[in-house]
Amino acid sequence: MKSEIIFYLLSALSIISALVVVFTKNPIYSVLSLIVCFFSIAGHYVMLNSQFLAIVHIIVYAGAIMVLMLFTVMLLNLNKESEPHKSSLIKVAAIITGGLLMLTILASLKTTQLTAYSTPADLGLGSVQSVGMSLFTEYLLPFEISSILFMSAMIGAVVLAKKER
Amino acid sequence: MQETIQVAQNLPSTPQTWYLILSTILFSIGVMGVLFRRNAIIILMCIELMLNAVNLLLVSYSSYSGNMEGQVFVFFVMVVAAAEVAVGLALLVSIYRNIASTDIDVLSKMKW
Repeated sequence: MKSEIIFYLLSALSIISALVVVFTKNPIYSVLSLIVCFFSIAGHYVMLNSQFLAIVHIIVYAGAIMVLMLFTVMLLNLNKESEPHKSSLIKVAAIITGGLLMLTILASLKTTQLTAYSTPADLGLGSVQSVGMSLFTEYLLPFEISSILFMSAMIGAVVLAKKER
Repeated sequence: MQETIQVAQNLPSTPQTWYLILSTILFSIGVMGVLFRRNAIIILMCIELMLNAVNLLLVSYSSYSGNMEGQVFVFFVMVVAAAEVAVGLALLVSIYRNIASTDIDVLSKMKW
């Protein structure tokens, strides 16, 4: 019962902050509410017993990605006045399209016969030990390849953001 | 089934369907944002939101079915998302330097 209340609170927080991201005019508020949304998703991860992913999510998203976004928004001096406006027809069309997509996925969820899991399986599944064990034995090659991906992303970011002369 | 519930007493008792519905809603909000906004940074943020909705779905499946692989996959999705944001923001800064705007409707040179 207690976990259901926490689930409701976290879900309400994440949905409301996601809506604020989409609908607010000021990009700074968008970034800040996206950080709130990421924290609530990290709370969901904790509720799902995957503590390692919750910590990684907070470090990577709230710590690195959103700081990068916030820096870019402040660097480009974006605010409410510089925000481009769309016509209201496109806004209505976008809302209807998103709602229809949600309706379609929910309807297909309702008709699909999923394997119904009512309770999570194992307690120690998402711990640092088990995820690290799996990451460094079975998935060692993808783990190493992702470092090459990071290297190329780093070089690419520097090359793209450098001033041309 | 009864034993599983006994063992899993201090685990969340929320049915997995709720997580499916929650991640569907979050994904739809992300899609709506991509269609709704014209600021390229906000569109990038909405893509992050969609990635996170899918991550939440994967973690819930992994946790409920007792399979490790979903969480490892979510880890790699986070890695790719971080790299994507770094390159995307660098692209945005260089676009802003050229046209002094992040409005995606101004960027119509490759449209025919």
